[in-house]
Amino acid sequence: MEHPEIIPHLFRTEFSKITSVLCKLFGLAHIETAEDIASETFLAALETWPYKGIPENPVAWLYTVAKNKTKNKFARDQIFIERIAPQIKQAAGSDIVEIEIDLSEKNISDSLLQMLFVVCHPAISIEAQIALSLKILCGFSVEEIANAFLSNKEAINKRLYRAKETLRKENINFVNVNTGVFSDPEMNKQLETVLTTLYLLYNEGYYSESNDSILREDLCREAMRLTFLLIENNSTDLPNVNALYSLMCFHASRFAARKNESGEIILYDEQDVTLWDQELISKGAYFLMQASTGNEISKYHLEANIAYWHTVKKDSKEKWENILQLYNLLLQTEYSPIAALNRTYALSKLSGKSKAIQEAEKLQLKNSPYYFVLLGELYADIDDKKSIDHFQTAYSLAKNKAEKNLLKGKIKG
Amino acid sequence: MEEFALIMRHEDGAKVASPEQIQQWMKQTMDWIGGIAAQNKFTNGTGLSFEDAKVVKHGNMITNGPFGDIKETIGGLIIVKADSTEEAIEFAKGCPVLQGEGNSVEVRKIAKKNA
Repeated sequence: MEHPEIIPHLFRTEFSKITSVLCKLFGLAHIETAEDIASETFLAALETWPYKGIPENPVAWLYTVAKNKTKNKFARDQIFIERIAPQIKQAAGSDIVEIEIDLSEKNISDSLLQMLFVVCHPAISIEAQIALSLKILCGFSVEEIANAFLSNKEAINKRLYRAKETLRKENINFVNVNTGVFSDPEMNKQLETVLTTLYLLYNEGYYSESNDSILREDLCREAMRLTFLLIENNSTDLPNVNALYSLMCFHASRFAARKNESGEIILYDEQDVTLWDQELISKGAYFLMQASTGNEISKYHLEANIAYWHTVKKDSKEKWENILQLYNLLLQTEYSPIAALNRTYALSKLSGKSKAIQEAEKLQLKNSPYYFVLLGELYADIDDKKSIDHFQTAYSLAKNKAEKNLLKGKIKG
Repeated sequence: MEEFALIMRHEDGAKVASPEQIQQWMKQTMDWIGGIAAQNKFTNGTGLSFEDAKVVKHGNMITNGPFGDIKETIGGLIIVKADSTEEAIEFAKGCPVLQGEGNSVEVRKIAKKNA
């Protein structure tokens, strides 16, 4: 029996599309019904394809099955007849007999985008936004989400349940995402929330303490896919969105180089440059260029520029001068301890360690292991005893094994 | 050469699986069947849908699903050719549903017309 290959992650991708289109049709109160129909569609494939062969057009097959399943429910399921159908009829403004399910490319893309705005709604907590994104838009199971968050299934289930309840109670609706709509400040603020969630989702994958490297890369890939969804849509193809995507590309280019086989972090200075993914670096550069229009410089612009300079391995005055200035700007836009520490590191590259030590000691980030790592690095070769003391403090503050192992090496010298 | 039915019993996947897992199971099932077919030992097979499953009992009593107290029920079957029950068992051992705790594959010889 010859089978054509099924595209990797096909079901995961199609899950978000089918769920979003159906949910938009049924209304957000019936999000679970939409999820169930999507799941049942894949089970139907599991029950058929291995025995009868993969259909010539697997996606079209899935859509047909999803439509039929919906129509069957429409005709027979009590919840549908009593609660969902009247709503659809009202929205359509007619007493339709036959339900229409629009799985056209345009409606899929619009529905996905609208769903992204729903799950990233500020009415629900940021943790719940990320969990809901993973569940609805990335097709992750509750167990996979729990693994990513180093949590358990019960906690994630509760988080998802509460989030859906809030969407219901607050009467959150699908927003209009037509071109030009984001010039409205209120809508622009909502787009900001979406970008923040995608940024955090990406970071969750990039910095996750979960040992499952496939899962971590999956999170990053999904965050990139959802960001790209915004770029593909005219109305959200905006400079800050492109800047965020560029930032993600630059960071992703170092995936293979930043950890060794046993999952330990390899510091930037010690990375094997040949493992950097040149294709992602050029992609990052391309989208950074796309981002360079308009008057606004978002924090994503600044971070993408910093990430760009890090793809230039060779040390030069120009490189570190640029990085320092970008961090100066970034800290003015939005302070973060990590940015403050990184700024000081850039300063040491430009003006020498002694100057940087003076600046570093003003930061007083005494709860951060990274603060002491920086001091340890700066004092190395200047005062080795102090350097080791700082690394030891960092060791006692470090939160995960990978960091502790790294610091053990530093303390030994 | 005899024919054997390999009957798979497992949980309703809708309750336990993510789309990604379903896709993985599908690939594993296809590889399993493909491996048997490559030895020219595969006859036929089908999945059985859990959706809208009914049981008609004595006295024409109709219930939803055959499930009762057990979670695992027939989810599909394939018919293979084998020289012996042992060979059919070897085929069954490769079945991906066995990854699930509580799941099983029943091996049954197909009755012949002139046995």
